[in-house]
Amino acid sequence: MAYSEKVVDHYQNPRNVGSFGASSDVKTRTDIGVGIVGAPECGDVMQLQLKVTAEGVIEDAKFKCFGCGSAIASSSLATEWIKGRTVDEALQIKNTQIVEELALPPVKIHCSVLAEDSIRAAIEDWKKKNGIAVAEEAHAH
Amino acid sequence: MSVKTPIYLDNAATTRCDPRVVEAMLPYFSEKFGNSGSRNHRFGWDAEDGIETAREQAARLIGADAKEVIFTSGATESNNLAVKGAAEIYAKAPAGQQGRGHIITCTIEHKAVLDPCKRLQREGFDVTFLDPPADGVITAEMVRAAMRPDTILVSIMWANNEIGTINEVPEIGRLCHEKGAIFHTDGTQWVGKMPTDVERDCIDLLSWSGHKMYGPKGVGALYVRRRKPRVRLAAFIDGGGQERGMRSGTQNVTGIIGFGKACELCLAEMEHDRERLLKLRRRLEDGLSGRMEVVQVNGHRDRRLPHIANISFGFVEGESLMMGIKDIACSSGSACTSASLEPSYVLKGLGVGDELAHSSLRLSFGRWTTEEEIDFAVEAITKAVEHLRKLSPLYDLYKEGVDLSTIEWQHH
Repeated sequence: MAYSEKVVDHYQNPRNVGSFGASSDVKTRTDIGVGIVGAPECGDVMQLQLKVTAEGVIEDAKFKCFGCGSAIASSSLATEWIKGRTVDEALQIKNTQIVEELALPPVKIHCSVLAEDSIRAAIEDWKKKNGIAVAEEAHAH
Repeated sequence: MSVKTPIYLDNAATTRCDPRVVEAMLPYFSEKFGNSGSRNHRFGWDAEDGIETAREQAARLIGADAKEVIFTSGATESNNLAVKGAAEIYAKAPAGQQGRGHIITCTIEHKAVLDPCKRLQREGFDVTFLDPPADGVITAEMVRAAMRPDTILVSIMWANNEIGTINEVPEIGRLCHEKGAIFHTDGTQWVGKMPTDVERDCIDLLSWSGHKMYGPKGVGALYVRRRKPRVRLAAFIDGGGQERGMRSGTQNVTGIIGFGKACELCLAEMEHDRERLLKLRRRLEDGLSGRMEVVQVNGHRDRRLPHIANISFGFVEGESLMMGIKDIACSSGSACTSASLEPSYVLKGLGVGDELAHSSLRLSFGRWTTEEEIDFAVEAITKAVEHLRKLSPLYDLYKEGVDLSTIEWQHH
């Protein structure tokens, strides 16, 4: 399979890899939102951790990804896009934008969906920890 | 260290044609170009002489008589002819009826045996597909337990193409002779690499291929036993009656010449090649297991071919691993499902996929593989796996001591 240059670049030089601590530690931190989506037997697991200010600005983002090159690139790109945004702005990111930016072929669209889902899951986690009501949003997919 | 990339570690898929083989073939394209069926002139006689020499070379490699070797287009055709051809002749009831006889094979056969067996199942034969144990070796005891009074045919591959495990062939052959069933074995990965003697090994039908042993593509052979017992096959290509009527069609003279030469070279160089290949395999397996944790060599520890290594790496996904080793030509045999890589039914059959999140590589070596190439592969694979583990949330969980199977994943 041929990958776009951008996918190869993110694969070779992934941005913002890492975490803000072990899964057991970040669980209780109210400034951290964690989203883990996917399943090993499906071949993709994405983990996104966000460090969010009290005002709801995403100060920092870290990801880990078990998955194909397109999944790695989608999550790496997502961290780049959400850093510095407010949580509400981050929620506006759609998987189709990721598809476009990385020139993902149709069989890899699920990777972008997973990246969008991980953003959503991490923000929901942060909102829950901070007693903010999670808006009922209709999922596009 | 200088190696020319990409390096070729996919010799179980196909091998480079030996230059000595190519040289032997050349005159038969343009000088001795006759049809071996032309009985009235020199051109035909030359082609026929070449073919009969090749038949002897092929027979010698497997300890058979030249009359017992049928040339085909490859192991797929040989397997089809053996399985369907024998079933047709030894059927207990005519076509269109049920209960036509019992056939034993196993689930990790090549598709060229599995699919003919499935077809026979639809056509009134009972087929038992044996499941391999975790070490991948099909034993005579497993076959014995499946035997029935109406078992007419047993088809068990000599060695598996994905993991290189060696089945109990002489023992299964002896059992078949004892019970009066025909024994076919797909020897595609075995013949030419390992000592073969159809008498000692109790084989009635043996398939093998040219291009897996440094010969050309498009040519293979089927050994058909002529005595004790005399095995008969129903032909499915009708026509000029070539190859004792079992395979009509003008013979592939150049291919057959190359096949014969490849057989001769394999026989002459077998001991040397085998030891060298085994050293390479150990170098690779020890190299990778020594450098990283959660690396698993699949298949039986000892009963494995010298030229195939199948290795699983924990916590990395198969396609991303392949992406990281672009300079190595090899096969991926992921046991887990991924969006783009077909899971391997062989590895699944062995239960390799039961542990979550493993991906597997099949690396296979040949006559021209060097130690430097193995070292290059160990280095490149280690680097790719380490890169991916740094990215892998599953590796983190493993490091934290979390059992992945206890987590509730969000399937989507």
